[in-house]
Amino acid sequence: MADITETSLLPENRKQPRRAALDWLGLVPFMAFAVLFLLYPTAHIVIGAFRATDGGLTLDYMAGLFTPNIIKAFTLSLEVSLLTAGLGLALGLALALAVVRGGLPGFIRSALLTFSGVASQFAGVPLAFAFIATLGRLGFVTVLLKAIGIDLYGAGFNLITLSGLVLVYLYFQIPLMVLIITPAIDGLRTDWAEAAESLGATTAYYWRRVALPVLWPSLAGSFALLFANAFGAVATAMALTGSSLSLMPILLFAQIRGDVLNSQQLGYAIACLMIAVTGIANLLYIVLRARADRWTK
Amino acid sequence: MGHLDLVHLEKAFGATRVVEDFTLSIAEGEFISLLGPSGCGKTTILRMVAGFESPSAGAIRLAGADISGLRPRERNIGMVFQSYALFPNLTVRQNIGFGLEVAGLPKPEIAPCVDEMLALIGLDALGGRYPFQLSGGQQQRVALARALAPRPRVLLLDEPLSALDAQIRVSLRTEMRAIQRELGITTLFVTHDQEEALSISDRVVVMNKGRAEQTDVPFAIYNRPATSFVANFVGALNTLEAVIENATGGHVRIADLTVPLGRQLQGQKGDSIRLAIRPESFRHGAGAGGDIVLPAVLEDVHFLGSVIRIRARVAGQLISVDSFNRPDQPPPPVGATTALRLSASDILVLEAS
Amino acid sequence: MSARRLLAWAILIAAVLFFALPLIGMFEFSLRARRGTWSLDAYANVLKDPQFLGTLAYSAVLSVVTIVLGILIVVPTAFWVRLKFRRFRPVVEFITVLPLVIPPIVIVFGYLRLYNTSSWLPLTGSTTGTDLLLSLGYVTLSLPYMYRAIDNGLGAFDLKALTEAAQSLGAGWGRILYRVILPNVLVAVLSGAFITFAIVIGEYVFAALMNRPAFGPYMVWTGSNKAYEPAALAVVAFGLTWGAMGLLQLAATLSTTGLSKTRLSKTRRTR
Repeated sequence: MADITETSLLPENRKQPRRAALDWLGLVPFMAFAVLFLLYPTAHIVIGAFRATDGGLTLDYMAGLFTPNIIKAFTLSLEVSLLTAGLGLALGLALALAVVRGGLPGFIRSALLTFSGVASQFAGVPLAFAFIATLGRLGFVTVLLKAIGIDLYGAGFNLITLSGLVLVYLYFQIPLMVLIITPAIDGLRTDWAEAAESLGATTAYYWRRVALPVLWPSLAGSFALLFANAFGAVATAMALTGSSLSLMPILLFAQIRGDVLNSQQLGYAIACLMIAVTGIANLLYIVLRARADRWTK
Repeated sequence: MGHLDLVHLEKAFGATRVVEDFTLSIAEGEFISLLGPSGCGKTTILRMVAGFESPSAGAIRLAGADISGLRPRERNIGMVFQSYALFPNLTVRQNIGFGLEVAGLPKPEIAPCVDEMLALIGLDALGGRYPFQLSGGQQQRVALARALAPRPRVLLLDEPLSALDAQIRVSLRTEMRAIQRELGITTLFVTHDQEEALSISDRVVVMNKGRAEQTDVPFAIYNRPATSFVANFVGALNTLEAVIENATGGHVRIADLTVPLGRQLQGQKGDSIRLAIRPESFRHGAGAGGDIVLPAVLEDVHFLGSVIRIRARVAGQLISVDSFNRPDQPPPPVGATTALRLSASDILVLEAS
Repeated sequence: MSARRLLAWAILIAAVLFFALPLIGMFEFSLRARRGTWSLDAYANVLKDPQFLGTLAYSAVLSVVTIVLGILIVVPTAFWVRLKFRRFRPVVEFITVLPLVIPPIVIVFGYLRLYNTSSWLPLTGSTTGTDLLLSLGYVTLSLPYMYRAIDNGLGAFDLKALTEAAQSLGAGWGRILYRVILPNVLVAVLSGAFITFAIVIGEYVFAALMNRPAFGPYMVWTGSNKAYEPAALAVVAFGLTWGAMGLLQLAATLSTTGLSKTRLSKTRRTR
C-alpha cells in the first residue's frame, strides 16, 4: 500500500529518469557505428601492439620497431609531414590572406574556396599522375623547360625524392589550409587593425601583438591536421614512387598485404606508432588551444 | 584658424560623391558632433581625419599643418569605434597601455599612466580582466581610455554609444563629456542620435547627403533650423499646409483660418507654404497664453508619465501636441474640442515642397 | 596600400601557376598517345577497356550506398544532439574528427583484423559483407565532412522551435525528421553527399586492401602498366570531382535563390 501511494504522489520523479534513458536511445545507432567501425578497430590495433601471444603485456613488438629500415621510414615520414604541414601552413595562410585581405576583386575569393574544396580532395592516385605528366622525365613542364635550355633532371631534380613528394603533397595541403584558415581570417576584425594603427602601431607590430596571437589556436589546429593528413597519406606516394620511397604508411600497406616483415605484431606496432604520432600532434594542439582559451569564450 | 581645420573636403568612391565641399573649423578643446542619417558621409569624414580614407580633394589641418599625407599611425589621433575594437588577447591594462608601448615608453612609465586612465574611467579593479569578461559599457570605457592614453591631439568617436543599452548610453555619454572637459581634448563625435548630439556637444553639424546643412550650437540647431531637413531631422515636428494671404504683412491662411506670422514672407498671395511647429510649442487648457489660437479636436490622448501626448486635428490636418503632466490637470478626454495657443515666433516657415 | 595589393596579386599568380600547371600537364600528357600529334587515343583506349566502366560503376554504386548510410547515421544523430544533448556535443564532435587524425590505413588494418572470416562478425567472408564493410569504412572517412556540413545546416534555423511546433501538431519523430528537419538541411546533406562522392570515387587504400574492384586500384594498375592512359584517367577523375563540386555549388545557389524568392513573394503578399 505504501508503495502505491508513494508512486502516485510522485509521478514526476518516476517518469524523469525513464524519459532521459529513452533520450539516450537516440544516440545508440551513432555510438554503435563509431565503436564498431572507428574506435574498436583502432583500439584493437593499439592493444594488439602490446599483447603477447599468451595474453600478457609485452613491449617486444614496439622494441621491434628499432630496425634500420623502419627507423628510416619513420624519419622520412616525419620529414615529409613536418615539411608539407609547415610549408602548407605558411603558403596557405599567405594565399588566404592575399585573397581575403589583399584588396583583390571579390569573385576571386569564392573561386579560390571552390577550387580549394576540389583540390583538397584531389589527392591520391590522380594527383600523382598529374604530377608525373607535368614534372616527370617526359612531363609537360620538364619538356617545355628543356626546350628553352633548362634541364631539370640534369640539374639533379627528381620527382621521386623527398622534395618531389613535398611538392606533390603541397597540392592538397595548401588548399586544405586555405579552407581551414579562411573563416579564422574572417574573424580578424578590420577595426582591430585600424585601432592598432590609430594608436601608432605598424602593420608588423599589429600582427605580432594582436593578429597572430588571435589566430594562434587556428594555426596550431591547422598544423596538427595538415600533419596528420600527410602522415597518413598512402595512395599519392605509392602511385608516384611505387615503393621506392619507403614511408611509414607504405611500409604498413606492404605489411598488411603480407609482402614483407612477416610479423603481424610488427604491423600492429607500426600502426600504433602512427596513431601515437598523429595523436600527440593533435593532443599538443588541444593543450595549446586550452591555453589560448583563457581570453575567448 | 582652429585647432583642427577641414577645408573644402571632398570624397568620392567611384562615381558616388560621399562628402561634398565640407568645411569646418574646430577650436582647441571643443566638442563637435556630426549628426545625420546613415550614409550622410559623417563617418567618412571621421575616417578621413583618422587617415583610414584619403580625401579626393581638400585639406585636413591639425594645428596649422596639413596632415592629409600622413599615415594613420603618424597622426597621433585617438579613435573609439562603434564595436569597441578591443584587442581580445590583451587584458584591460594591456589594451590601455598599447599606444604607450608602441610609442616605446619603458614599462615603469607605462604603469602609472595606465593606472591614471583606469581611475579616470572608474574601472580600477578590472585591469586584469580580458575584454570578453566586461559588459559593453565597460568595454567602451576601456576603448576610450586606450584612445586617450597616448595623449592624442584629437579624439574621434565613431558612434561609440550605439551598440549599448539605452540606460548605459545616457550615463556613458555624460561620463565621456566629463572626461573630455577634464582633459580639454578636441573631440569629433559622430552619431545619428539627435538627443545624443544636442545633449553633449559644444556645436553640432547636421549633415545630409555629404553636405553640412547647418553648423551651430545645439540651442540654435533645435530652435532655429536653417533648412527643412534640419527642422525635420532634429526633434519632432508638425507640419501644416498653408496658403499665403498677404506676403508683406505675413498673413497666411490655414483652411478658413487666417494666422498672422508677424514677419515678411517669400512668395505671393495664393502660394502654398509649409509651417512647422514643435509639439511642445502648443499650450492648451486654463491659463494658457499665446497670441495665435487654433481650434482643435482631440483624436487621441496618450499619457506617457511626465509628458501627455495628444493627437489633434486642426483645420483637417493631424498634429501632435506635447505638454507636461501636472497633477492638478488630468488629461482631456478624447473627442473634446479645445483651443491650442501658440506664439507666432514658435512657427517656422519652411520652403514650399 | 598599393604595395599590399601588388603582393596579393603576386601571391595569387604564383598560386594559379602552381595549381594550373599540373592540370595542364595532365591534360596535355593524356593527348600524347599518338606519336607526333595530339589525339584522344588514350581516352579511346580507356573507354574500350571493360574494366574501366566496371570499376567506375562499382565505385559509383558504392558511393551512393555510402551516402545513404552516412545520411541515415549522421542526420538523426546531429539532430538529436542539438535538440537533447547539447552537453554531449563536444564528445560527438571529437569522435567525428577522429578519422582526420587516425591514419585511414590504420582503420582499415583494424577492420581486416577484426572482421575476418574467423571473427564474431565475419564481414570479409563474403563479397556482400566486404562491400558493406568497405562502404561503412567510407562512411567513416567522410564522417568529418558529412557531420560538419549537416551540423552547420541544423544550426541555420531554430531547430527546437520547429520541432516543438511539429510535436504540438501531433507529429512523431519519424515524421519530424523526414518532413520538417530533412527539407531544411537538404543543401547541407547534398554538400556532404558530394564530398563523400569525391572521396569514394578515387579512394585506393581501403579498396585495395579489401581486394575489391574499385576505380582507385584500377587507376594504380593502369599507372604501372600503361603510359598515357593514367593521365586520361586522372583527367576523368578530376572531372568527376569537379562535377560533384559544381553540382554542390549549383544546389546551394538554387536553393538559396529559391528560398529568397518565396520569402520575397510572401512579404509582398502581406503588404
